[in-house]
Amino acid sequence: MSRIHEAFSHGKAFIPFITCGDPDLATTAKVVRAAVKAGADLVELGIPFSDPTAEGPVIQGANLRALSGGVTTDQIFELVKDLRTDVSVPMVFMTYANVVYSYGTERFAQMCAQTGIDGIILPDVPFEEKGDFAPVCAQYGIDLISLIAPTSENRIAMIAKEAAGFIYVVSSLGVTGVRSEITTDIASIVKVIRENTDVPCAVGFGISTPEQAAKMAGLSDGAIVGSAIIRLLEQYGKDAAEPVEEYVRAMKEAVASAS
Amino acid sequence: MAQSRGRFGEHGGQYIPETLMNAVIELEEAYNHYKDDPAFNRELGELFNEYAGRPSRLYYARKMTENLGGAKIYLKREDLNHTGAHKINNVLGQALLAKKMGKTRLIAETGAGQHGVATATAAALMGMECVVFMGEEDTKRQALNVYRMRLLGAQVIPVTTGTATLKDAVSEAMREWTNRIDDTHYCLGSVMGPHPFPTIVRDFQAVISKEIKEQILEKEGRLPDAVMACVGGGSNAIGTFYHFIEDKGVRLIGCEAAGRGVDTWETAATIATGKPGIFHGMKSYFCQDEYGQIAPVYSISAGLDYPGIGPEHAWLHDTGRAEYVPVTDDEAVNAFEYLSRTEGIIPAIESAHAVAHAMKIAPQMDSEQIIVITISGRGDKDCAAIARYRGENITE
Repeated sequence: MSRIHEAFSHGKAFIPFITCGDPDLATTAKVVRAAVKAGADLVELGIPFSDPTAEGPVIQGANLRALSGGVTTDQIFELVKDLRTDVSVPMVFMTYANVVYSYGTERFAQMCAQTGIDGIILPDVPFEEKGDFAPVCAQYGIDLISLIAPTSENRIAMIAKEAAGFIYVVSSLGVTGVRSEITTDIASIVKVIRENTDVPCAVGFGISTPEQAAKMAGLSDGAIVGSAIIRLLEQYGKDAAEPVEEYVRAMKEAVASAS
Repeated sequence: MAQSRGRFGEHGGQYIPETLMNAVIELEEAYNHYKDDPAFNRELGELFNEYAGRPSRLYYARKMTENLGGAKIYLKREDLNHTGAHKINNVLGQALLAKKMGKTRLIAETGAGQHGVATATAAALMGMECVVFMGEEDTKRQALNVYRMRLLGAQVIPVTTGTATLKDAVSEAMREWTNRIDDTHYCLGSVMGPHPFPTIVRDFQAVISKEIKEQILEKEGRLPDAVMACVGGGSNAIGTFYHFIEDKGVRLIGCEAAGRGVDTWETAATIATGKPGIFHGMKSYFCQDEYGQIAPVYSISAGLDYPGIGPEHAWLHDTGRAEYVPVTDDEAVNAFEYLSRTEGIIPAIESAHAVAHAMKIAPQMDSEQIIVITISGRGDKDCAAIARYRGENITE
């Protein structure tokens, strides 16, 4: 069983997303530590990509800021190594297929294992294409996280059966970004997932308020929040650690109270 | 583990968000059903002939042939199609398919604006809603086409992200598709993106080589020695190549946009400067840096200003069946002017890349040999930009 399971072993999990290098790697390190201190159960680290097709404007902005600061995949592995001196919660990468493929999938998985990354989320790699990545990841003990969307329908069982680590349930159509309302029938999706696997599932896309997080965690095993945190980075820049810590604490409390 | 679909050698596939998977599967099923349906093909054939003006002419360019003093040159006149480019072939096919699938709204990306205009045209004809994403930079370079799309009833959304060109328009159209799938078909304009698009677009564009073959056999009683076309994503090129792929004696030559040169950063020549990658739904060759960040490519031609190439071209390159050559801005502009003066045909600046390469190789060939160049579009849209390139400021 992978380390990712630990994140879900003490109640509902809260999972923050942070783009590495936004606005610089020193800030990322501070923000990750602040989020973990405030109770984050698993941290999703974004490796920026020039053309993030699954992201809305907020996370697109973070990618742009990070890349214009010159951050590279190798520097991000160094950051992970540094974080691992004191951060023990599971950490997963969120990036795009080309970042991994161009680095060399095997070399990438090997570096993940060496530095302490537990899983990889690739939003542009659906079930049919995971053969390029999943076997290599498995060889190095890294989970390739599967995504399930509101349109997955007849595909949910197939995806769930082969899922590893956790399942990322995409709450809504469209791209990442804060939404005032989530209308997808998450409960029905989770029901089919549960019939097919014991791998935990967390809901992401569009969650920003403690109420939404509590509701989504109540329907699943956890809540993932990206754009709302990136907005704090956008607003506070290098001084974002403190506001992120406060925000994560409030969100973690809400998620923990969900049943 | 389920099998990856739509491969050309190792290229192709479906690298898209899970949200879109059922949409592309549904599209593939609908296409497989209708592609051999006699009623669908009759309807599409009628649209091609009566609406788009097919078959397009295969014109013997006598003056150009005599002037270059080598191979006999024929021009495949896709510029004479309704809306002024080959793009209409694919769009009529996809719009008809979308309509059969019950979709009421078409979205599209556009670079030079030709695909956007074609999509807006088909939407007007078939009574569908139409939204076109176009890089802001390109809306400036191709202002006339923006107006044409609006005139045809389409909404044009300028894309300001990234380099604000074709690649960003594709990204934004993909984002919009994940947002609204039920009533919307993404009418992709080139032989790129996730399966089944590279196959569908190729099949609708293959009419170009089907006609060339019939026409050249009628005129010359033999196949050409080479067929040539410009390549961005590669739709008019694959259309030009397709029915000659099995005819090993016919050279297939794709002309890429080298911009200011393949030894500069300001280029869009993917085969010359790119490496294998995964982007916009497909595995293929892409211009990118050592960490896989997609390069901000450049070409004078908005339609070729794209950092990738369709997966079937990548495979034709790998197998050596087709040749891909870089052509610079300067060479293309010279060819644009040359064809205008020599034959009285103003080609699109995209197509001028193929004309430029023909000008290099024709004189080295003998008079018994035959070259066919596809003139993918007309050049009216480019006049203001070429005038500016020559230091003359004209207002449209």
